Amino acid sequence: MFMNTNRYQRQTILKDFGPEAQQKLKGASILVVGAGGLGIPVLQYLNAMGVGTIGVVEQDVIEITNLQRQVLYTEKDLGRSKIEVVLERLSSQNSDTQIRTFDTFLTRHNALEIISQFDVIVDGSDNFPTRYLINDACVILKKPFVSGAIQGFEGQLSVFNYQGGPTYRCLFPKMPTQEEIPNCNENGVLGVIPGIIGNLQALEAVKIVTGIGEAINGKLLLFNGLNQSYQTITFSLQPENLLLKKLQKSYGAEPCEATIGIRVEEIEEKLNAGIALQIIDVRTVVEFENFSLPQVKAVNIPLDELKGRTKELDFQRPIYLLCQSGKRSEMAVRILEELNSKIELYNIIGGVDKFLSLHK
Amino acid sequence: MTILLFGVTKDIIGSSTLSMPSSSEFGSKKSKTVKELKEYLGKMYPELKKLSSLAVAVNNSYANDDTIIDNFDEIALIPPVSGG
Repeated sequence: MFMNTNRYQRQTILKDFGPEAQQKLKGASILVVGAGGLGIPVLQYLNAMGVGTIGVVEQDVIEITNLQRQVLYTEKDLGRSKIEVVLERLSSQNSDTQIRTFDTFLTRHNALEIISQFDVIVDGSDNFPTRYLINDACVILKKPFVSGAIQGFEGQLSVFNYQGGPTYRCLFPKMPTQEEIPNCNENGVLGVIPGIIGNLQALEAVKIVTGIGEAINGKLLLFNGLNQSYQTITFSLQPENLLLKKLQKSYGAEPCEATIGIRVEEIEEKLNAGIALQIIDVRTVVEFENFSLPQVKAVNIPLDELKGRTKELDFQRPIYLLCQSGKRSEMAVRILEELNSKIELYNIIGGVDKFLSLHK
Repeated sequence: MTILLFGVTKDIIGSSTLSMPSSSEFGSKKSKTVKELKEYLGKMYPELKKLSSLAVAVNNSYANDDTIIDNFDEIALIPPVSGG
């Protein structure tokens, strides 16, 4: 402890922070949902500043299109799981932090259990189902959460469910459908924007656990990077939104979250053990013919033909869905799930890219 | 009346602000509510009606459907965004 007092000296000498606030940071536990554009700056700064326990929930693998905004990851990390890289980098950045990794997406089945273990939650997710799930779980468990969200050149920031303040549903009562607002990775974003909003989220989380300053609860910050405008809207609690007692049965399609993933390593183990797997490659015919993995022996049914070609599938056996990066195969899982909820479906996480990165 | 547009409303309307001259059908009405504004905009831009949640702020405060607005107010249309 004494050896490390110097480490945080630049903030402990601050009159309004001091060793007391530093001690509070050390005693705090903060959960970051998503280690993407928003989550990364949050994780890096909370870890640097001396937050005692940091949790991370993430199951994606690193893709080339992540690198323009997810600045913790390098070209060498392509195809690796984000959670593994995050653990490695944060541990070397600050070996005092207790880092707790949750190698999963947040779902209605695990949300309450995971969130209950932390003081403050930071929402760095990239889709509405997860955002509404985090809100509801935090309301049920009475946890404050720091919300950041981005689109294009814009960002939004607020602190919800804190000190009797309003919740996410007080601002946006109903979850948008998938069709009406661009979701997940389909919408563009200028690389630096999540960096700005994520840093503001880290600041809010620090303010909540140390009690310094004023958190932005009851206010929504609207940031527009194109004209550097920061506009703040005030809004108030709708008390009925605090009455939630349990999670909804479903949070819509949970487009980025709900499918059961299987690691490429597990697939290879099964194949090496001589187990015949029903693997469906949902890439286009051209992609499949240009490159397919000889060891995998997949059947090619392009995603847009899947619905019409279900006769070619054996619903009695597990179906493993494969594509280039794991995104289209995830959609394939959802399509098949809708047709028949009893099929055992697995999305091969990271897809062909992940296979290739293992055998570089 | 100036309406500031955020998120997908900017894409739907095609600019970042929208001016409603007091000579327009909506602007010339004496007493207006947020609900009426939404209905009017919904007629002009049907895509707006598809949004499940669209917050409206009047002079930087969240407004309910029955909030009264006048021609000097600054309005903002704020849909949720989800990117991360």
